[in-house]
Amino acid sequence: MKIHKYDTVIVGAGGAGMRAAIESTKRSRTAVLTKLYPTRSHTGAAQGGMAAALANVEEDNWEWHTFDTIKGGDYLVDQDAAEILAKEAIDAVLDLEKMGLPFGRTPAGEIDQRRFGGHSRNHGEAPVRRACYSGDRTGHMILQTLYQNCIKEGVEFFNEFYVLDQLIVEEDGVKKSAGVVAYELATGEIHVFQAKSVIYASGGTGKFFKVTSNAHTLTGDGQAACYRRGLPLEDMEFFQFHPTGIWRMGILLTEGARGEGGILRNKDGERFMEKYAPVMKDLASRDVVSRSIYTEIREGRGCGPEGDHVYLDLTHLPPEQLDAKLPDITEFARTYLGIEPYTDPIPIQPTAHYAMGGIPTNVEGEVLSDNTTVVPGLYAAGEVACVSVHGANRLGTNSLLDINVFGKRAGIAAAEYAHTADYVELPENPAAQVQAQVENLLSATGTERVSVIRKELQETMDANVMVFRTEQTIKTAVEKIAELRERYKNVSVQDKGKRFNTDLLEAIELGNLLDLAEVMAVSALARKESRGGHYREDYPNRDDVNFMRHTMAYREVADGGKDSIRLDYKPVVQTRYQPMERKY
Amino acid sequence: MATPTMDKLAALEADNGSHLITVTFRIRRFNPEISEEATWEDFQLEIDPKERVLDGLHKIKWEMDGSLTFRRSCAHGICGSDAMRINGKNRLACKTLIKDINPSKPITIEAIKGLTVQKDLVVDMEPFFQAYRDVMPFLITKGNEPTRERLQSPEDRERFDDTTKCILCAACTSSCPVFWNDGQYFGPAAIVNAHRFIFDSRDEAGEQRLEILNDKDGVWRCRTTFNCTDACPRGIEVTKAIQEVKRALITRRF
Repeated sequence: MKIHKYDTVIVGAGGAGMRAAIESTKRSRTAVLTKLYPTRSHTGAAQGGMAAALANVEEDNWEWHTFDTIKGGDYLVDQDAAEILAKEAIDAVLDLEKMGLPFGRTPAGEIDQRRFGGHSRNHGEAPVRRACYSGDRTGHMILQTLYQNCIKEGVEFFNEFYVLDQLIVEEDGVKKSAGVVAYELATGEIHVFQAKSVIYASGGTGKFFKVTSNAHTLTGDGQAACYRRGLPLEDMEFFQFHPTGIWRMGILLTEGARGEGGILRNKDGERFMEKYAPVMKDLASRDVVSRSIYTEIREGRGCGPEGDHVYLDLTHLPPEQLDAKLPDITEFARTYLGIEPYTDPIPIQPTAHYAMGGIPTNVEGEVLSDNTTVVPGLYAAGEVACVSVHGANRLGTNSLLDINVFGKRAGIAAAEYAHTADYVELPENPAAQVQAQVENLLSATGTERVSVIRKELQETMDANVMVFRTEQTIKTAVEKIAELRERYKNVSVQDKGKRFNTDLLEAIELGNLLDLAEVMAVSALARKESRGGHYREDYPNRDDVNFMRHTMAYREVADGGKDSIRLDYKPVVQTRYQPMERKY
Repeated sequence: MATPTMDKLAALEADNGSHLITVTFRIRRFNPEISEEATWEDFQLEIDPKERVLDGLHKIKWEMDGSLTFRRSCAHGICGSDAMRINGKNRLACKTLIKDINPSKPITIEAIKGLTVQKDLVVDMEPFFQAYRDVMPFLITKGNEPTRERLQSPEDRERFDDTTKCILCAACTSSCPVFWNDGQYFGPAAIVNAHRFIFDSRDEAGEQRLEILNDKDGVWRCRTTFNCTDACPRGIEVTKAIQEVKRALITRRF
């Protein structure tokens, strides 16, 4: 075991982690621990754009953006945070441009902007061009630009280091962060990083679904590390299903395709979104569009012999426009489906895309241990966190924005905290839990296989807690997950070595997915209303009287070691916008 | 309006995925914890030919041999983790469909060349990223920053669009015979990324970057074999970009 000492440790090197690292490296001695090489992070898969009311191509302002974000989140958004997001969006985009990001340009040479779902002029009057973009690889360009600037700033990376435990020490009744414990993939060695500040920026947890746009590596490692140490997870029942994933595969096809004029059609060729969202049509918010697609499928208007998908139709758009604005997604259709988007509609279905919930933080990125108490020295930003700027449903282009605004804020706050604070003393045997976890898995001789349990988990999540949920389906999921968690205790790995043991890591990742899936299902069961991405057929309406509140899920361990989930609730911060019925 | 591709769409939708074929994956295995020797190992698997080579590798890892080791993440050609040598050609495993690589014969899979193999298909990427860092891959400007964005015409933006697509997968660099023979050569990926800044109208360090690439291990080592262009999973015209850098070095115009 090796012990390292840094002012600031950042866990994860996607957009939020690297944006934080650029700030914290200027201000404090920083280490970035990342389970992947930084440029492999899933920020790079984001396509369509990053919202900011630059008003470069038409009238716009950050208040309208704030309103759209709050409405898009079905009023579960903390409005103070949404104001910060929309206001600081403008500088966030300009910062990236100055760092070198090659945005698309207007004829006048300014940053060009395109339409995106849920973003509107004057509180819902009509779609507005607010998304700054770089073709359909905006996330790729953000990831590359941030990595380039990390090189420029001399950021210190520990590549292929998996953080498996968050060290929490209680001093005078206050929970404080002492550092993290990481597993080095190349050698199997365990490292303890003592740090004054720790920032989690380790991304989402979409791999507990089967049809998902998420990378294989998005297994909720940061959420699980904090949750197991008694910290709450907020609003985990809210998961976004992106309307346009490639049929059966789940690969993302950007909403920018509809922003450029693409149309969703059912088997009769009907533009069905006109029925569900008369004003915004195909550019309604993602939860609305995904439910509309499944309604069409359930009512027998889906396409193909099984009637299990609909079409994204780009055939009326000029090929030059597709080549210039949507080159990557049209290539995906050619590569993976063997069809030509110039002439053929693309078969699509909703795909599990984004966790609105996560580790609760305030607007400075400080992690909360309950509704109000900050954990000194602990921060989170990006998809791993829940500020909450996305509420019950995130607007497209607001996640690339979130990672930049709150990544920067967390980076500054964590580094400044490191200047004022002392190290928290490490607990005795700081690596004990991780050592035990690794040794147990390596020596286990159980008969269960990781891939089998993972597949069953993904299938039950797809079947029971996706776009439509009922008490019955969620209970089925809860029971199945409990069964799988039991079976997981009997899992073994084949690779017993120390060197690049990805077999072992997949087993650990599955443990994270199982814990988080349980939190998600239990949180969903208790929310007896429909709001944003959480749709209960048995409670189809939003219930502001009983459920205008954030879910806070805590892991509790009984004396015998058996764990359970305790749910609590946190009020929503409302400033200017009163909840209204949500129409598009 | 029936078109040939419409028929393709119909065929695609009618396919219930039950046309499994048996393929052999012949994989170059290496694990220094067990043996200093690398060996070929055959795996037979039942798979839908429309699936990716990565799906086949997962099938082996998840159902047959958990110790098979490779990097992967996004699984759709964006993250650049899974460049490998498939039937002797550098490709991304997640962008290569089994039906497109003659599955009637054994499919050979080995680590990319020119970088030290650490285990099975995993190589040491550090020399590759070092070459990338050496070309100063970040925007360099002088003077005061404007309050708003720097202006750039759509034409100037288009000038370097091709080289912004690079995902640093190393498929190009590790397909280059010059790189195989001499690890000191910057390699195509680093030059592509230098090109991305040299031809960005906002950048003011083109001269410095050109001087770096004028080095004995720089662009002049390129023998124009086009392996890199063929290997690039992003369709970047890599050899052309290298030629443009060479021309800029001669004319000092960019």
